[in-house]
Amino acid sequence: MTTQTTAPETPSAPTTRNEPTGLIPLPEHIGRALATGGALLTAASTFLAWTWTSAFPGDLTVHGYPGGLQVLVLIGGVLTALFALSSYGIKGLGWLTPAGADAAIKLTALATFATAWYTVLAISIELGGVVNLEPGGYLAAAAGLTALIGALALPFEHPAPDPIDPDDSRWEQFKHKTAHRWETFKAVFATGTARPAGKLPSYAEILIIIAVMAIGLTVFTYGIGTPYSELFIGFLITVGLCFTALLKAGLMARISAITAKHRNITMIGAFVAAAAFPFTQSDDQYATIGVYILIFATVALGLNIVVGLAGLLDLGYVAFLGVGAYTAALVSGSPSSPLPIQVPFWASALLGAFVAMIFGVLIGAPTLRLRGDYLAIVTLGFGEIFRIAVLNTDGTSGPDVTNGSNGISSIPNINILGFDFGQEHTFLGFTIARFANYFLLMLLITLVVVVVFRRSSDSRIGRAWIAVREDETAARAMGINGFRVKLIAFALGATLAGLAGAVQAHVTYTVTPEQYMFAHVVPPNSAFLLAAVVLGGMGTISGPLVGAALLYLIPAKLQFLGDYQLLAFGLALVLLMRFRPEGLIPNRRRQLEFHENTEAPAVLSKAGV
Amino acid sequence: MTTDTTTQGTAPDATTPGETILDARGVTMRFGGLTAVRGVDLTVNSGEIVGLIGPNGAGKTTFFNCLTGLYIPTEGEVRYKGKVLPPKSFKVTAAGIARTFQNIRLFANMTVLENVLVGRHTRTKEGLWSALLRGPGFHKAEAASRQRAMELLEFVGLAHKADHLSRNLPYGEQRKLEIARALASDPGLLLLDEPTAGMNPQETRATEELIFAIRDMGIAILVIEHDMRFIMNLCDRVAVLVQGEKLIEGDSATVQRDERVIAAYLGEPFEGAPGEEEAAEVERAEAQAEAQAEAQAEAAEAEAAKTEAAEAPEAEADTTTDAAPGKENDR
Repeated sequence: MTTQTTAPETPSAPTTRNEPTGLIPLPEHIGRALATGGALLTAASTFLAWTWTSAFPGDLTVHGYPGGLQVLVLIGGVLTALFALSSYGIKGLGWLTPAGADAAIKLTALATFATAWYTVLAISIELGGVVNLEPGGYLAAAAGLTALIGALALPFEHPAPDPIDPDDSRWEQFKHKTAHRWETFKAVFATGTARPAGKLPSYAEILIIIAVMAIGLTVFTYGIGTPYSELFIGFLITVGLCFTALLKAGLMARISAITAKHRNITMIGAFVAAAAFPFTQSDDQYATIGVYILIFATVALGLNIVVGLAGLLDLGYVAFLGVGAYTAALVSGSPSSPLPIQVPFWASALLGAFVAMIFGVLIGAPTLRLRGDYLAIVTLGFGEIFRIAVLNTDGTSGPDVTNGSNGISSIPNINILGFDFGQEHTFLGFTIARFANYFLLMLLITLVVVVVFRRSSDSRIGRAWIAVREDETAARAMGINGFRVKLIAFALGATLAGLAGAVQAHVTYTVTPEQYMFAHVVPPNSAFLLAAVVLGGMGTISGPLVGAALLYLIPAKLQFLGDYQLLAFGLALVLLMRFRPEGLIPNRRRQLEFHENTEAPAVLSKAGV
Repeated sequence: MTTDTTTQGTAPDATTPGETILDARGVTMRFGGLTAVRGVDLTVNSGEIVGLIGPNGAGKTTFFNCLTGLYIPTEGEVRYKGKVLPPKSFKVTAAGIARTFQNIRLFANMTVLENVLVGRHTRTKEGLWSALLRGPGFHKAEAASRQRAMELLEFVGLAHKADHLSRNLPYGEQRKLEIARALASDPGLLLLDEPTAGMNPQETRATEELIFAIRDMGIAILVIEHDMRFIMNLCDRVAVLVQGEKLIEGDSATVQRDERVIAAYLGEPFEGAPGEEEAAEVERAEAQAEAQAEAQAEAAEAEAAKTEAAEAPEAEADTTTDAAPGKENDR
């Protein structure tokens, strides 16, 4: 909105420096037209063939029907065009951009451009030269570039540069200029504040929530089902930039306001959408990924109680998952388990949770007297102690309990009231197989953890956790038994991890000590769990879920990274901590903690989603 | 369920006036070789406002920390209503002593209302199970806590800012919020550690009103302060702490007159200092001041009590200016 105030002032423009202009010196109306036309043209180009051979994955050779990466470019192009048309003030599109369209146009144009060029370059490189491109490919590249140039010509508020101190060394001046360039670059994508939302009847709001959930499910299913890494990279580019664009357009703020109003409906909607996931799949391949993501996400959410709410940095959390898994495996009737008993699943799940809780209290009681970094180091030690103890109780170095490094194998499938989780079942014409069964079971456990998280955080004990995290001395002076509430948080986190572990043992057939290391290439492990919490956003429910999904999918989909996976992971974490320390989905409170100098909103209506 | 005591104005365990609430006997606190507090006795009776003053480093805050269980006194004991206080700060709060801090220690990223709700912690019982199961008892207790917290916010005048982050409050309001948070634990005794530090005269006066109002609720108050005018107006009794020892205790007039107090604040000439004439001069000046003070006291006794109240600030004016800059170093 702020950027559209240019037209009357243009005659006097050259004298003032702060006159909003674009990054590329073109008149605004030409830029806007270029962006719109380029976006539409890019969208149209996806219906043409981009290459002549189907050697490039996704078959981009068909006229009249977009495939593979072309679909992503199409979506980007259409979104750009919609935002651009909305910025012309076309009736019926205004709702798309409550906080101004220009930043969103720039970002979606960038998404379209990046995906289109990525595709074109990937075709040229993989097939050996630009000669492999059909005219459609050239058209897409050109149109994408046009849209981006047009979008970047849209005016924005330039930040005023600080005067340079002439006494500074050349390096200082260079740093100064770089900082200013970075500020300018950030200002390109800055956006205004959203205009107040109109009143909607609540059935319309609920319909919006359902639509959002459906879109979310579609995006997630698409991402999980990307069969080759080019498509997954294109997916990440498009989704990442388009999501930011929606954020800048103010749509996300509006949606989160609606979901905050109907929290229960949102939660039910999200779980119905997640439960629909196995039914969208024709085979069990992606349900496997789904169930592993859910296990990972559930444990991360449990860790979020310990880290995000109570502020206890626990680096050995995966041990509790291991305790739950081993407990369930020992009483599962597996032939390699030394205990010759088989208990029903509900009992083994409760037992797993209970034993994990006992371990939580046992480990927490001595360690929680420490604060901060010391606690982190001690929990890291206890996590490793668990793994090594399991490794050594193999009958030679110690008593035979866990079978040592061989682990407990051939854990039978869960059977609840005759419903065998290992078999395929058909509901209403949908066939759901083993992993889909477990996916639905795990979803129930996730639901339990979400409810526990939400209810405990919004209560006397949750407030005590946050108070202890903020200032333990003051909290104690307010009558809070700091040790006790921290121990409750620790034990609760351990219990939830144990519950998830009981399911995990059945899903993976085998539990071995290697699954529960501090750092490993395959999640879940303590390092990845913590990363999922930090990446997603501490203290929120959706944060660890998103973080876990990303951290699981990215290594699984980008197999070509191979040995560099951990390096890439480390780099990504460093960059994230530099530029967005509060995580992808920040808790309002956390965001304020990390950005102390930015202006905080005066009213915090509902802290912590 | 103590949560039922939501009515404002009646402290839960209001005692008959004059009864000893706090009884500290021979409290000594040593940090290694350093004795920060040495054998201090102090009593606070119900319905009383007691001031604790002394130069910087005199051990006032250390003494406070001994009372509230942050420190365990090396020797001596602290009794609250006849019972020896446990050496844990959260148990002290549960027993009925609430405090504020010299450097404001609010939960900066919680809302104003949440801060006060945290103060209700000791007076509510619902634990994790109740929070998870959300039975009717939970909702009732939560609603009662909220109502009581809002009452307290109204009492200190912050009800309209209940949803603001406490870090966004201006300084004076943060002090008020800290007092509201302390009151939320339904204390019988409130300890205030420099409640007017950094405040302008209007804010100081407002705080004075607030403290009187709290006293009228039946809560005894022990207050540390450097602002002499404030403390002399406010307190029924004042104790002076110098180098860890209690120098004198009495009503404000007695304390103001005491030469040792003046010496402690302005500094004594140390013996064998170069220039004996100067020392003699100081002595003369002191004698003169004493005579003046005596004359004033006689005049005050002769006259009605109201004139005494009027001149007390004048007598303290110079002392205040000396003590005020030191406050910054303390924080």
